Amino acid sequence: MSISNQKMGLCRQGFGEGLKEVAQKNDQIVGLCCDLTISTKMDIFKSAFPDRFIEVGVAEQNMIGIASGLAMEGKVPFCASYAVFAPGRCWDQIRVSVAYQNLNVKIIGAHAGLSVGPDGATHQALEDIASLRAIPNLTIIVPCDYYETKKATIKMAEYSGPVYLRIPREETPIITAENDIFEIGKANIIYQSKIENKIVIIGAGPILFEALEAGKALEKSHSLGVTIINSHTIKPLDEKTILEHIEGKKLVVVCEEHQKTGGLFSAVSELLSQRKPSKILPIGVDDSFGESGKPEELMVKYRLTKTQIYRKIISNI
Amino acid sequence: MNIEQLSLHANSVRENIIKMLYSAGSGHSAGPLGMADIFVALYFKLLKIDPSQPRWSERDRVILSNGHICPVWYATLAEKGYFDKKELLNLRKIGSFLQGHPKRNLTYGIENSSGPLGQGFSQAVGVALAGKIDKKDYYTYCLSSDGEHNEGQVWEAIMFSAKEKLSKLIVIIDRNYIQIDGFTENVMPMDEMLDKYQAFNWHVQEIDGHNFMEIIEAVENAKAVFDRPSCIIARTIPGKGVSFMENDFNWHGKPPNKEEEMKSLHDLRTLKGRIKSEHQ
Repeated sequence: MSISNQKMGLCRQGFGEGLKEVAQKNDQIVGLCCDLTISTKMDIFKSAFPDRFIEVGVAEQNMIGIASGLAMEGKVPFCASYAVFAPGRCWDQIRVSVAYQNLNVKIIGAHAGLSVGPDGATHQALEDIASLRAIPNLTIIVPCDYYETKKATIKMAEYSGPVYLRIPREETPIITAENDIFEIGKANIIYQSKIENKIVIIGAGPILFEALEAGKALEKSHSLGVTIINSHTIKPLDEKTILEHIEGKKLVVVCEEHQKTGGLFSAVSELLSQRKPSKILPIGVDDSFGESGKPEELMVKYRLTKTQIYRKIISNI
Repeated sequence: MNIEQLSLHANSVRENIIKMLYSAGSGHSAGPLGMADIFVALYFKLLKIDPSQPRWSERDRVILSNGHICPVWYATLAEKGYFDKKELLNLRKIGSFLQGHPKRNLTYGIENSSGPLGQGFSQAVGVALAGKIDKKDYYTYCLSSDGEHNEGQVWEAIMFSAKEKLSKLIVIIDRNYIQIDGFTENVMPMDEMLDKYQAFNWHVQEIDGHNFMEIIEAVENAKAVFDRPSCIIARTIPGKGVSFMENDFNWHGKPPNKEEEMKSLHDLRTLKGRIKSEHQ
């Protein structure tokens, strides 16, 4: 996040623009929000389709319930809030009203992760993926940048079934191209060293930029070839791509801006423990709450930067 | 359908509730018996429905929010012909579509999944809102209870419905004064429910939930309101029709044993002993 010529973008802008774009094609799409319309960028949809926007007030449980009722009648509701509130305050509603009924409800958890910064631990969702991953029927997507968020939003509108989309607050590096293909459930290989690949890094979300930088540095300094997988869909996990690319590797690294418990590291560990026992190194938050601070300070303190990923891999190889 | 015919259906529904609960070996007795008259009034008099077309887009919707009283829903749906009454004995059994708490299954008229309290209320609001957006004529009936109003989600949904002026949403509350831990007024007082709803800008009526004339009139009144959602507080007797269950909160969450089943059926068939011969 510190490189000056790096192109940056807002994931939530991608969400807002993607929703507006896909809503032009599908008039069944409606937007719901809990008093966070501007900061989640739901306002882009609201401005374009004021009659299809529903302000629920600060009531996340009710928002999810209403969305399920709308979906029963064929609507495609997109529900936006902060991840600490949705799913944070409405897990049971997501479980029963949405997932158990397998309804076409889309939930956007914005401002997720440590990088929400000064607001502090109460507003830093680090458990959202863990809390949702055990719920059947639910798809979980963690896009890594503006473009990927926009594409994910369009794809989840076209997909029939409940989906959770997790996005951060801050601007993040653009690491995918506008024309890159995005498919739900299909991981993308975003980097492969030309030399023999000894390490595979699996990540989701903006932390993939740090992983990319760390991987390139390892290649340069230690002649260690690296494969980097963007596993944007955490559930269902793209088992095939992951199994294919860990073949012959010495170390598997999993990066996420989330607790090490229950997120992508857990998903990968669950897969590999059964199919291909491997040494897996987690990069994530280690069973602690966050705190106030600048996003970049927090990323250093909680050891999620490229330098720290680099060092951790070196000491484990 | 006249009142006498409605009473006969309600009695049949109550007998089936007792039989299915005994067969299941677990489940809730008091609430379902208390709500039998309202379910029968809805399905046999008030609703615009066609059991042979359970997915008909113009049908009135029934959303059960206090899902644990589902035996009365299932028994009424079977009575109305949505499925064979023999199915009722599979309540809570493995492989049955008659789950212990409702699982949405439109083929059999089960419109929504519920159980954790408060959720069906918001679902009903969403269904009613979709009808408003699409300018449909259907009414959404949400069945709730006094105990359910302990949940904060219910009040979120009440506020929202008034804001959106969901006039085709009709909520019927089972006001039976009991919940699992005892009388509602001891667990969490709810006696100003009418005032509360009025303060939230709803149209409110309070009725005897066992009087078919009052139930029918209240629903007709609710349909005549065009600027607000409607709430009907139906005072009911938990366990209605079975002498030893009536008004006893211990019957909230348990089924009858064999002896109690026989006694319950006898009560229902003889109007609690007021007539000598049992009808069948």
